[in-house]
Amino acid sequence: MKLPAFDYACPETLDEATALLAEAGGDAKVIAGGQSLLPFMAFRLAAPSLLVDLRKIAGLDGIEVADGEIRLGAMVRWRDILDSAALARALPLLPAAIGHVAHYQIRNRGTLGGSLAHADPASEFPCIAVLCGASVDVVGAGGHRTIPADELIAGPMETTLEDDEIIVAVRFPRWPEGRRWAFDEFALRHGDLAIAAVAAAYDMDGPHIAHARVAVMGATDTPQRVPPAEDALNGRAPDDDTFGAAAAAASAAIEPTEDLHAGAAYRRALVGTLLRRALAESCAREREAAE
Amino acid sequence: MSGQTFQLHVNGTSYAVTAPDRKTLGDALREDCGLTGTHLGCEQGVCGTCTVIVDGRPVRSCLMFARQAEGAQIRTVEGLAQGERLHPLQQAFIDAHALQCGFCTPGFLMLIVGALEQDPDMTEDELAEVLSSNLCRCTGYAAIAKAALAAYPRPATPAE
Ligand SMILES: Cc1cc2nc3c(=O)[nH]c(=O)nc-3n(C[C@H](O)[C@H](O)[C@H](O)COP(=O)(O)OP(=O)(O)OC[C@H]3O[C@@H](n4cnc5c(N)ncnc54)[C@H](O)[C@@H]3O)c2cc1C
Ligand code: FES
Ligand code: FES
Repeated sequence: MKLPAFDYACPETLDEATALLAEAGGDAKVIAGGQSLLPFMAFRLAAPSLLVDLRKIAGLDGIEVADGEIRLGAMVRWRDILDSAALARALPLLPAAIGHVAHYQIRNRGTLGGSLAHADPASEFPCIAVLCGASVDVVGAGGHRTIPADELIAGPMETTLEDDEIIVAVRFPRWPEGRRWAFDEFALRHGDLAIAAVAAAYDMDGPHIAHARVAVMGATDTPQRVPPAEDALNGRAPDDDTFGAAAAAASAAIEPTEDLHAGAAYRRALVGTLLRRALAESCAREREAAE
Repeated sequence: MSGQTFQLHVNGTSYAVTAPDRKTLGDALREDCGLTGTHLGCEQGVCGTCTVIVDGRPVRSCLMFARQAEGAQIRTVEGLAQGERLHPLQQAFIDAHALQCGFCTPGFLMLIVGALEQDPDMTEDELAEVLSSNLCRCTGYAAIAKAALAAYPRPATPAE
């Protein structure tokens, strides 16, 4: 299978890169890790006239854990996230979720910017960005702007990026001390795209759950928060009854997708099972840490 | 032959490659460097058969354009043996009957060698997860896992 022909550019600055994209007027594409773009080109789902490689542009691969926020450059690779001790402390949900992304070799090359721009509904990073209320910094020929992660993702494989815009960084608000988190996923084989996955984070206000966030991916056409499940958690004790109610609320609220791997009813049930299990584990993790 | 001319550094040797931009690293290794030990299976990132090591990291050579590897140090299966002496993992594959048709073997060898060089402390369970990256249609994987453990003994994973 030979890939469609294109011209290749490897600029050293963002200005050159955005100018090249603007000039090509929609026929060009950025290439970061290439781990989604090359399969898409192999299937002729993409046939760009020009590829603009980001690999020589400096300053896109930093992981900065500051007091107010965590800033991840667009060219940070899955492997870098899994290797970062600072991230494991500051935002443990992220490496836990990224551990489910693809296979060893792909994690060595795939980038978070590429994952956001690709917007596969079954990919983990966009879901965590939506759950955490992350902001996405982009640069275009006309200047900078910041887009909330949930407004960047417009649909399956669809974003609100303009043709000449490049994602440069994603910023996550810092978590308060003691925030609990949950993640669970079901895929046919570890590293395959998720049939369904759930992520959650919440604080404890005395004996009660507060600031709960719940998100679903893989089972719906975009990664999305599930407010009824969050309402079922807030103000309640973190016990089996509460988690069961949140799971039921999530199952009822989503509009599941269907494909050859799973029907809608199966995905609906799976989301409930995963959420109940993940939330129970978020408490077990606290107990273990306390011991 | 058309396209750009650039250098690929493979197993310590420099090759001047003239290839169109769309040529993948896997195709360039086979067709332009004459290194046909790297096999291409699915050519869409799924099977792992095309795995080579680029700057110390195992990657899928069908998911990278040759031009993107300009300036990088590339290792392929041809670089494993020292003259007539096989790499310990190659010998372990023979001893454990870890190959049948052999099509997937170069990819598994480069994956295992690269992963254990990159992560020398990985546990037996982590190694099993790494092996699940690649597909083999013949062996059923047990012999491949046995060979990997023979060449790279792991401390037993503690029981939970
Ligand atoms: C077999 C296989 C299994 C996989 N399994 C998973 C999985 O389980 N979970 C998962 O999340 N992913 C999975 N992936 C995809 C992988 O994680 C990709 O690496 C990721 O989705 C895209 O990142 P990339 O850097 O490779 O992007 P590329 O392939 O380089 O680009 C993807 C798209 O994003 C655009 N783009 C890239 N960078 C930018 C940027 N900075 N600004 C604007 N646009 C940009 C490109 O133009 C292109 O349209 C899998 C891939 C394969 C081949
Ligand atoms: S040939 Fe590259 S992954 Fe299958
Ligand atoms: S030995 Fe035949 S595919 Fe693995």
